[in-house]
Amino acid sequence: MEQKNGTLLEIHDLSVSFQMYEHGIGNSNLYRGLKQTDLQVISDLHLTVYPGEIVAVAGSSGSGKSVFASAILGILPDNATVRGHLHYKGEELTAARQRQLRGTEIALVPQSVAFLDPLMKVGAQVDGHRKSQPTEKRRSLFRRFDLPDKTPQLYPFELSGGMARRVLVSTAFITDAQLIIADEPTPGMGLEQALEALRLFREMAEEGKAVILITHDIDLAIAFADRVAVFYAGTTVETAFASDFKNGSDALRHPYSKALWNALPQNGFVPIEGFQPYAGNLPKGCLFAPRCPYKKAQCTADVPPIREVRGGEVRCYYDV
Amino acid sequence: MALEAKNVYFRYDKKQSWILEDCTLKVEKGECLAVSAPSGYGKTTLAMLLSGYLKPVKGQILLENRPLPQKGVCPVQFIYQHPEKAINPRWRLKRVLEESGALREDIPDAFGIERAWLDRFPRELSGGELQRFCVARALFSGADYLICDEISTMLDAITQAQIWNVVLAEAAKRNMGIIAVTHNQHLAERIATRVVDISKKEL
Repeated sequence: MEQKNGTLLEIHDLSVSFQMYEHGIGNSNLYRGLKQTDLQVISDLHLTVYPGEIVAVAGSSGSGKSVFASAILGILPDNATVRGHLHYKGEELTAARQRQLRGTEIALVPQSVAFLDPLMKVGAQVDGHRKSQPTEKRRSLFRRFDLPDKTPQLYPFELSGGMARRVLVSTAFITDAQLIIADEPTPGMGLEQALEALRLFREMAEEGKAVILITHDIDLAIAFADRVAVFYAGTTVETAFASDFKNGSDALRHPYSKALWNALPQNGFVPIEGFQPYAGNLPKGCLFAPRCPYKKAQCTADVPPIREVRGGEVRCYYDV
Repeated sequence: MALEAKNVYFRYDKKQSWILEDCTLKVEKGECLAVSAPSGYGKTTLAMLLSGYLKPVKGQILLENRPLPQKGVCPVQFIYQHPEKAINPRWRLKRVLEESGALREDIPDAFGIERAWLDRFPRELSGGELQRFCVARALFSGADYLICDEISTMLDAITQAQIWNVVLAEAAKRNMGIIAVTHNQHLAERIATRVVDISKKEL
């Protein structure tokens, strides 16, 4: 695979599938539950991250955003199969390299408080040591996030939703990571705290590091990211500049991104018909074709290639 | 015709401070009131009080100047933020609709429900798909008022617009009153006839 220069993270044709036992859908097949199938949740995913930028990953729920984060870190469960090309700083990101880099060079802001150890006090967990070793860095992080002085002595169950979220964000900032993958970092935080977290992400980016901001809140993505990768049914249909979303649907490249823009309450609030296809029941060709107003015969035959259009990338045959 | 909260106070325990203090608010039939406030100001508590899931410690919830009925289907229906927690995980979705009497030929199309979903279990559907069932069963009962607690917060913009268009069309047809809890200012401006912020005292 051809490499671009100066990328921090480069992902080509990433696919993730889970091996599962079939569960019956209303049929009374005697042997169901014994047959194994592969459930493809991410297909032909493509994303490039450069140093110094915040890339938002936005898209519908169930489009594989969190699985994507786990795939980069190599923390998927054993029944997952990952195919494709992952490169970090120009070198292939193998399983061994993922083990070595995660938590030091690549850090995750997990989606839920369930990622914390329930039997370990918060301070020690953020430090990453069994015995708490309060550092100036942790103290200043907690101060910036407006966490009360007693927070390090609390257990995860004693935190409110918003406090837990700020603690989770701190676990990533305490490392010297070059790349932070933040999975829905702001819900539950107050506005001021959410802005503080996003300011910290921006400061990181300005130091030449990078942030992947996974969110389903498209407004947030537009406001804080440099570029936005739009996910649909486990693939990236478009990578656009955040400013394209401000300029309206004509600046966007993929029919799904345009539909998303038109459905925002501040724009048209007009939804398109239909539903995102299920993993295990994906259509042939372009995954958006069944709902696409511009669909042609070619679209249902083969998966369209990635093309560069107006500085962004789009997986569509046509300029729509 | 109105649903109102009159000088409502609420807390779970006497040792606690009030979650809601002297809260008064009124929604008429045919109106859509958006309620906003930062997290922790008792938006969900207010929604649950209005739909009868909680009782106020002081003050009253009145439907047409009378307390909410204790028996039968409540004319004030509540739609929860997390549909996956509001549906029995061990029932096929057909049974979810049966329970409320909403398993009729015309219902799936009206609420954007695919017929194939009826034979599935809740974990086999996404949040947006499940939320349609919650909306269908709440509206079918003949409710006069609908309390929507962040019903589209976890949905993408397209699904959000799909759900709200169904709710608003049905509400207009039946002249229902809606209270929508949301923190999305754009959404509030789009759907509501009136917006109140319960963190500010003047209601």
